[in-house]
Amino acid sequence: MEQEMVLKNENSLFSSLKQMLLKLTPSIKKDGIIKSLKNTGITFLSILLFIGLWQMGSKALYNKEADYRIEKALTERGEEAAVAERVCIESGDSSCQPNTLPSPSQVWASLKSLVADHQVIRADKAAFAEKMAVTNEKMISQGKDPIVYTGRASFVDIVLTSIKTVFAGFLLAMFIAVPIGIIIGLSPSLRSAFNWFIQIFKPVSPVVWYLLVFMIVKTLYIGDSSDNAFVISFISVGLCAMWATLVNTAMGVASVDKDYINVAKVLKLGTFQKVFKVILPSSLPLIFTGLRITLSVAWMVLIAIELLAQSQGLGLFVWEEFQNGANDSNSKIIVAMFVIGIIGFLLDRLMLAVQNMVSFNKNEMA
Amino acid sequence: MAYLELNNIYKTYGEGENSTEVLSNINLTMEEGEFVAIVGFTGSGKTTLVNLINGLLQPTSGEVLFKGVPVTDTSHERGVIFQNYSLLPWLTVGQNVYMAVKEAFPKESKKVLMERVKEYVGMVNLSPAINKRPKELSGGMRQRVAVARALAMNPEMIIMDEPLGALDALTRGNLQDEILNIWSQDKRTALLITNDVDEGIYMADRIIPLKPGPNATLGPEFKIDIERPRDKTAMNDNPEYKKTRNAIIEYLMDIGDERKTISEVEYKLPELTPKSFVA
Ligand SMILES: Nc1ncnc2c1ncn2[C@@H]1O[C@H](COP(=O)(O)OP(=O)(O)OP(=O)(O)O)[C@@H](O)[C@H]1O
Ligand SMILES: [Mg+2]
Repeated sequence: MEQEMVLKNENSLFSSLKQMLLKLTPSIKKDGIIKSLKNTGITFLSILLFIGLWQMGSKALYNKEADYRIEKALTERGEEAAVAERVCIESGDSSCQPNTLPSPSQVWASLKSLVADHQVIRADKAAFAEKMAVTNEKMISQGKDPIVYTGRASFVDIVLTSIKTVFAGFLLAMFIAVPIGIIIGLSPSLRSAFNWFIQIFKPVSPVVWYLLVFMIVKTLYIGDSSDNAFVISFISVGLCAMWATLVNTAMGVASVDKDYINVAKVLKLGTFQKVFKVILPSSLPLIFTGLRITLSVAWMVLIAIELLAQSQGLGLFVWEEFQNGANDSNSKIIVAMFVIGIIGFLLDRLMLAVQNMVSFNKNEMA
Repeated sequence: MAYLELNNIYKTYGEGENSTEVLSNINLTMEEGEFVAIVGFTGSGKTTLVNLINGLLQPTSGEVLFKGVPVTDTSHERGVIFQNYSLLPWLTVGQNVYMAVKEAFPKESKKVLMERVKEYVGMVNLSPAINKRPKELSGGMRQRVAVARALAMNPEMIIMDEPLGALDALTRGNLQDEILNIWSQDKRTALLITNDVDEGIYMADRIIPLKPGPNATLGPEFKIDIERPRDKTAMNDNPEYKKTRNAIIEYLMDIGDERKTISEVEYKLPELTPKSFVA
């Protein structure tokens, strides 16, 4: 009996404390904070887990390759060679390191070295510009082309090239796909006329697009020695990625709510007004969904196309590192992988924000 | 010559085997300045009838004459209040009305048009919401915008398709008065579609029931000889009102029953004996 009383007292004390706390912090805010704390906590934990698994995996692969090397030395060159091999591997000497999936710390080191490399190259460039300033001024005044820095591109330059390429490709896709999509969407007969075209070209792989663009651009650039890798790659990216926007735009324009069309008819809007004041605004959400898909596809195919086009971007970087086979090549490839993933994610967020901005029924989009 | 004339209208949706005749043999005449209400069950073809009159649809056979001229297209002379408001969600209240006014008075300056927008938005008591988007408005407010949009174009005839159908009784009463007010100011011709007999009696000069389809057609008309302005509370005791109301409701009930018996199709169940899967 007494115990119960005490329990009750404690309970009431607890609840009054809780109420006081609730009064101090508005409940909605409190819930929000707790929720976001929980979410970041979970994200953080999952990142740790991921890194842990990665560490374990790379360790296992490393051991497997190391064992294999020692074994091979033993069977091919005898006991002594095997011992030498083991010592060499354990010393961390770069000449005999197993070449496999790099560990998280190796990747981190590579990232740091890439950044340091960038700083060195930037300093180089600045020095070059200073040195050539007078000469270049003279050359310009004489009507000649100034001498530009032609040294190695740094990792940051490479990333910027990739972003530039993807945006150029995206803009190209937008300027082709949106107008054509609108025209196709407006006319059912044009829609069926274009349908086979879309159905056939939509699934064509980026590699084939690249080859096609290469055939055409190469001829157009005949006799011009300037570098056309950028042009080829952004056009290929654009052509490869534009289909989602084309299809979505056509669908959005074709499926405008009948009520809005009726309003346009009752108000007796002209064709121009009808298209720009009713049909386009109502299909904007779908158009932007298409553009979002286009941007993410563009970023995805970019890597393959840059590789083929030998354009100084991430794709070529990854490929060259792979061919290079240097000690830190693998970890540089993983750095590039993360950079590609993160930029892709940011681009998608950017498009989502734009999409939400233009959509009039935000609640339905979510 | 009547102001509006519907002669032997038939309207069929679809083609071939799966075509349905929604309206059959519709005949209606309206005089200028008249207020006519059409009551009907849901799905009987009221919206179809309205769209034939405003020019959004063409009859399969028969003709719609507006001031003696066949209706082949929409016209600014006939303003429409749609059943589902049909406001453009990406425009604000003011912009929705402005769009209509600009089309109706293409020669006016922007300033004059803006004044007109403000006037009509004020008339439906929405001035504080003029910069809001339809999404932020209640159903009743949206309906008011639709009313303002239609009236701001200054149409000769105003066609209303269940304009108050989605509203609660109180808001409904208020808007009825507002519409009547606007109508009586310069005696436009008005056609009201409704599913509420009381609303029809309160607002119209004549009520015509639409017999439910398929093959919906107009029933006998009921004249409402109650002097305007009508008073809702006083009307309840008016013998004329009671008589008309009962007659209309009786008529609608009868055709309702008729419809029920028609739709009572007997379904034959297949003879099945449960199988035992265990054995
Ligand atoms: N475009 C169309 N194509 C085919 N059938 C249609 C079309 N529009 C309407 N119908 C059919 O015609 C009939 C009448 O429709 P309508 O919209 O005119 O009815 P309503 O009386 O306005 O109904 P409610 O009171 O629910 O608004 C319905 O059975 C509907 O299915
Ligand atoms: Mg209807």
